[in-house]
Amino acid sequence: MSDPVIRINKMNKWFGNFHVLRDINLNVAAGEKIVICGPSGSGKSTLIRCINRLEAHQEGEIEVEGITLDGSLKNLEDIRSNVGMVFQQFNLFPHMTVLENCTLSPIWVQQKPKAEAEKLARELLARVRIPDQADKYPGQLSGGQQQRVAIARALCMNPRIMLFDEPTSALDPEMIKEVLDVMVELAEEGMTMLCVTHEMGFARQVADRVIFMDEGEIVEENAPEAFFSNPENERTQLFLSQVL
Amino acid sequence: MQAAVLGALLLAMVWLVANVQSNLERQNINSGFGFLSERAGFGINQTLIDYTEDSSFGRVLTVGLLNTLLVSVLGVFFATVLGFSLGVARLSSNWLINKTAMVYVEIFRNVPLLLQIMFWYFGVLRNLPTPRQAVSFGDAMFLSNRGIVVPAIEAGSGAGWYAAALAIGLAAFIWLRRRARLALADGTMMPIWRPLLMVTVASFGVAALLAGVPFSLDVPALKGFNFRGGITVIPEFVALLLALSLYTAAFIAEIVRAGIQSVSKGQREAAAALGLPDKTALSLVVIPQALRVIIPPLTSQYLNLTKNSSLAVAIAYPDIVSVFAGTTLTQVGQAVEIIFITMMIYLSLSLLTSYAMNRYNARIALVGQDA
Repeated sequence: MSDPVIRINKMNKWFGNFHVLRDINLNVAAGEKIVICGPSGSGKSTLIRCINRLEAHQEGEIEVEGITLDGSLKNLEDIRSNVGMVFQQFNLFPHMTVLENCTLSPIWVQQKPKAEAEKLARELLARVRIPDQADKYPGQLSGGQQQRVAIARALCMNPRIMLFDEPTSALDPEMIKEVLDVMVELAEEGMTMLCVTHEMGFARQVADRVIFMDEGEIVEENAPEAFFSNPENERTQLFLSQVL
Repeated sequence: MQAAVLGALLLAMVWLVANVQSNLERQNINSGFGFLSERAGFGINQTLIDYTEDSSFGRVLTVGLLNTLLVSVLGVFFATVLGFSLGVARLSSNWLINKTAMVYVEIFRNVPLLLQIMFWYFGVLRNLPTPRQAVSFGDAMFLSNRGIVVPAIEAGSGAGWYAAALAIGLAAFIWLRRRARLALADGTMMPIWRPLLMVTVASFGVAALLAGVPFSLDVPALKGFNFRGGITVIPEFVALLLALSLYTAAFIAEIVRAGIQSVSKGQREAAAALGLPDKTALSLVVIPQALRVIIPPLTSQYLNLTKNSSLAVAIAYPDIVSVFAGTTLTQVGQAVEIIFITMMIYLSLSLLTSYAMNRYNARIALVGQDA
C-alpha cells in the first residue's frame, strides 16, 4: 500500500458521556474506495464527519493529506478544500440556483473569477448528467437530481477525497440508480472515496474494502468478496443476514 | 336574514352620525376641515420646517408628522442594527456574549415601554446638569438637561457647487460599481475605489475653485441660562428615540434568533464542508434564508415602533399625537375630524411600510418551495 492519504490512529470520540467512537484505526490509500456499513447508531456517519472535522474528536490523531486535524483554523481550511462531502439530505442552498450552489465555494474560498468558476461548474454538471438544470433552483429538481448537484458542488472544489454520508438513503428507489451511476463513474476515475451506505451492490462493484462498524468500533474489514461471502464476526453475520 | 342585519347596521350608523352631528351643533362645535388654515398660536420646541406661533393648524399637522417620521425612521434604523447584533449574539458559543444578550432581551422586552420612556426622560436626561454646569466636549458640544447642543454647519452661497460635486461622486460610484459587476461576469476585475477617489477629488477641487469655502461653523455658546447657536437635540427626542430603539431591538433580537435557528443545521454543515468560513457562511447561506422567516414579524415590529412613538405624548415630544391630536384638539375641539385625520395618517404610514416590506419579502422568497 502506498503512503496513506488518510491516517486515523487510536481515535476516540464522545457525545457527552456517550462513547460514539472507540479506538478507531484506519488508513486509506490514494484512490482507494471504502464502503462503511453497520446498524444505525454504530458511529459510521460520525466517523466520516470527523475526517473533515464537522465533528471534533477528543483522543487520538487524524491526518488527512499529511495535515493533522487539530483545532487550528489554517489546517481546517486546507483539509476542507481537499475533502468534498455529500450528505444524506443533499443540503443544497435553496435560495441559490444550481449554478450558484456550485460556484459559491470556488469564488469565495478559492477566489476564482466568476466566469472560470461557472465554466467548471457547467462541466461538472454535464458530468453528473444534468447540464440543462444549471439555472433552476434546487426546489425545482427531483431528489436524484438534487443529490447529483450536491456531488457536482463538492467536485467543484477539485477535492482529492470524497466523503459520502448515506447519499441514497433519502431517495426514492428509482432515483437511487442515477446517483449510484455517477458515484461508480467517479470511482472509476480514481477518486479516493469513503462511503457510508447500505447499497451492498455498490459495495461489491466498486469497494476495495468494506468496513463493518457496530457500537462505535470497527468490527470487521475485508475485501468485498470475502466480506460478503465469508463474514468472520458474529455481529457482521447478523447484520448481513438482515440487509441482504 | 342577511339583508335585515345589513339594514339594521346601516340604520345604526345613520343614527350615530346624526346623533354626533346634533350634539356637536348643540355644543357650538364647528365641523369640517376649515380649522386647518386657522392660526395655531402656540409654539413647538422641535420643528424640522419653518414654524411660528402664527402658522396654521395645518402646519402643526405637518410639523407633528415630520417629528413622528423622524423618531420612527431613526428608531427603526437603530432597533434593526442593535436587534440583529443581539440576535446573532444570542446564538454565540461564547458564554458571556450569549448571556449578556439574553439578559438585555429579558430586561428590555419585559418592562412596559411607557415606563422606559419615562425612565430615560425623567430618570436620566432631566437629571443632567443645568446648561451652566453642562458637560462640555471640547467647548463645541454640550450635554445638559436641555438636551444635546452640537455645532451646526451653515452653508453660504456657492454651496450648490459642493452639492453638485457630491452628486457627481455618487453617480460615479453607482456607474463604477455597475461596470465592475458586469465585468466580473466575464471574469475580469474592474477597479472601483481608485477611479472613484480621483473623480471625487477632482469634482470637489473644481467646486472649491468656483465657490471657495462657503461653509461656516456655528458653534453653540452659553448665553444667560441657555445655549445660543448650534443645533439643539431636545431631551424629549433623545429619550423617546432611546426607549423605542432599545425596546424594539429586544423583540427584533428574538425574531432574528428564531430566523437563524429556523435554517437547518445541514445548511451550516454543507457550507462548512465546502470550506466557507463561519462569517461567510452566515452572510451568504444562513442570513438570506433566515430573512424570509424574519421579514414578516420584523415588519410588525416596524409598525409597532411607529405606532408606539405616539407615547411621545407622555413626555411632550411634539409628535403628531402630541401637537395635533393633543394641543390642536384641545384648542379647536373638533375631535371627530382631528382623530380621524390622525388615524388615517398612522394607517397610511403602516400600509406603506407593509407594502414595502411585502415587496421585499416577495423578492427574497424561495423558488420551487412553499415559503
